[in-house]
Amino acid sequence: MTLLVTVFAAAITTSLWYKRQPDGSMKLGILCWMFWGASLMWLIDAIFEYAELGAAYFAPEPADMLNDLFLGLSVIALALIIWIVILLISDPKDVIKAKLLRKKS
Amino acid sequence: MACFLVPMTEAIITTIAQKVIEKKEKNAGEKTVTSVDGFTMEKTPFSKKLGWLNKMLWGGSALLAFEHVWHGEVVPYFPFLTAAGEGPEAVSEMLHEMGTAGVCMALIVTVVWIGMLLGSKLLEKRALKALPAAK
Repeated sequence: MTLLVTVFAAAITTSLWYKRQPDGSMKLGILCWMFWGASLMWLIDAIFEYAELGAAYFAPEPADMLNDLFLGLSVIALALIIWIVILLISDPKDVIKAKLLRKKS
Repeated sequence: MACFLVPMTEAIITTIAQKVIEKKEKNAGEKTVTSVDGFTMEKTPFSKKLGWLNKMLWGGSALLAFEHVWHGEVVPYFPFLTAAGEGPEAVSEMLHEMGTAGVCMALIVTVVWIGMLLGSKLLEKRALKALPAAK
């Protein structure tokens, strides 16, 4: 379930990144790399688990599924936080700079 | 248990390599290709392509590390890895997982990146061929 959630997140962010090209000011690429990297790693995890459990891998207990979904959503939240922090620190549109250096009349 | 440590180690190595290559490329100067109508095309430097691998490795291992915290396999206090405090059997199991799943994770990301390198090379070649007066 975590793999599935991450793959969906990767596909959605990649399509958003593609739509916004060549304007890379939102730094969506960071999110794409993060989600694709994690998806590939979780794919390996899934393959190892499948090798161990066999067909039972595709029939998880509802409680496990819910926990994995909760984990997947938490992973997305963490990735979004990392992305927002990087975006605000790098401030490609100079929004933060403009706010901080605004002159008082 | 601690499989994310393998891609994270690779990420440290490739990040250092990227910095070194970036410096070398800067010293060598940039190469650009210009067409007749003034449209300038610039080949993506290798350091930038290595950055793709870095981002995938760092991002993936960061999110995987979070999963390990979630499952209680990584803790914020010494010895940080739960298995390390559970005796030699758990440590051996952890090392086995790192050697199998961890290495495979690092490998799959690297293989996908190599595929992207080949794909981008092909696209660059095709784009350069399309330019009639490419230098």
